[in-house]
Amino acid sequence: MDRFSARVANRLVGNDDGAAVLEMTLKGPTIEFEDDALIALSGADLSPRVADVSIPGWRALLVKAGTTLTFGPARWGCRAYLAVAGGIDVPEVMGSRSTHLRAGFGGYEGRALRGGDDLQRGAPSELAEEIAAGAPRDTGQRTFALTQKRIGAQSIRSIFDRSTVRYTTGCEARLFGAATRAAFDETTFTVSPASDRMGFRLTGRALEIDDEQELPSRGVAFGSVQVPRGGEPILLMADHQTTGGYPVIADVIAADLPLVAQRKPGDKLRFQRVDVGEAQRVLREAETLLDEMTERAHADG
Amino acid sequence: MRFGVQHLGDSAVLVTLGDHADEVALARVRGVTAALEKDPPAHMVESVPGYRTVAIHYDPLSISYEAFKDLVVEKVSGVSGASAPPARTIEIPVCYGGDFGPDLTAVAQHNDIEEKAVVSLHTKQEYRVRMIGFAPGFAYLDGMSERLATPRLEQPRRSVPAGSVGIAGGQTGVYPLDTPGGWRLIGRTPLRLFDPALEEPSLLRTGDVVRFVAIDQATFNSRNGGAS
Repeated sequence: MDRFSARVANRLVGNDDGAAVLEMTLKGPTIEFEDDALIALSGADLSPRVADVSIPGWRALLVKAGTTLTFGPARWGCRAYLAVAGGIDVPEVMGSRSTHLRAGFGGYEGRALRGGDDLQRGAPSELAEEIAAGAPRDTGQRTFALTQKRIGAQSIRSIFDRSTVRYTTGCEARLFGAATRAAFDETTFTVSPASDRMGFRLTGRALEIDDEQELPSRGVAFGSVQVPRGGEPILLMADHQTTGGYPVIADVIAADLPLVAQRKPGDKLRFQRVDVGEAQRVLREAETLLDEMTERAHADG
Repeated sequence: MRFGVQHLGDSAVLVTLGDHADEVALARVRGVTAALEKDPPAHMVESVPGYRTVAIHYDPLSISYEAFKDLVVEKVSGVSGASAPPARTIEIPVCYGGDFGPDLTAVAQHNDIEEKAVVSLHTKQEYRVRMIGFAPGFAYLDGMSERLATPRLEQPRRSVPAGSVGIAGGQTGVYPLDTPGGWRLIGRTPLRLFDPALEEPSLLRTGDVVRFVAIDQATFNSRNGGAS
């Protein structure tokens, strides 16, 4: 859902961007590491603890064999990512290690993880060894050690602290009148509890369509905002269906999808229109920032 | 061929090939899809056919919208409705009624015909796949006889087995996966509509002609889990 955070976690442990990570929504599991491992957490702050000591997110750390990672209350955001050096090792299906929950294939046996599941990891990269080498040898009583590889809080805030979510005009925007389109930008929507990986239902204003056409289904995208008959928009998320027949009023820009993914039921969303050129410029900037953040090693512990 | 290209967010474009979802549009969609598969424009990620559109996802970090749009316009301009490959005909064996078709009686009663007539009306039609969507391997089929139209269940079933053949309003289709569903179930096919291990995981594709063929329980059992 939040690809930016997933990629950061992977880079912190020397993985390729596409290595399989674990996504946790609002609650985290209890994970016991059977071997020493270089790990990193990103995305939501779910109060992570290693051997019952609070640990930071956005930073690579070495955990020793036998150590347990636990989580607590969600302090910020919705979806947290755990990356392990070498990536989580599950078979590739259709070129991906991710899970299609609804169809029940991919990932770990095509399902969400359960207590007792055993996960394997791939071989850590050379970079992972270098990062791990930057951790203090003597950890005293602790069973983990922080490395120097981390992202600063300010860089993260620049990605997630926006009051509006930017979008480009949807393919069927012209079917909604000017008044409705203006209202879309002026409304504060709330993410409803009836939201999941397929899409977020937004409450706050029913959007009236001026031109009620029977629309044949067409391809849609992660970020498309569909408006079904009732008028309450649905913001399509990572597990969206490939096609849809509802009119689309807006498409959230790729650069703002991570911050949408960190919104949970009850959170607010406001939209702001930009043109495609601006959307792509912002995306390139976000990519540059990601590269800079993850290449820099911070000198201070 | 007249067509339009517009942005679909910042990472895809939508090519519109007709004002209506008719046979002409379907031929154009198939022609464009074939051309894109044969010789994809630089930085294309995936193409998704619709009833009268093709959505094309691309990598916006490698190419701008304007530049990709130019590539798409060039590609689509070279396609005519006549360049669509010949349609495949796919036969789907179906064991009708009994445990596989718990709503066969309801469909018959709703339309005031015999159960045998339901099977006969369902199998004598030729259907056209207009689009794959909704779920992996799910085919939107055109062409069902109006005399079989039956409203969906008031209360959907919590789980409908994969391969179930159903009717919802004026449409018929096959569930590719175990999912909840409100369609009226009239039979089941032993074929797998979707297999992620295959090079082309979906059995059906846009433009295919589909025929349903009635089989008995014994034949069903011998073919269960297989591909045609």
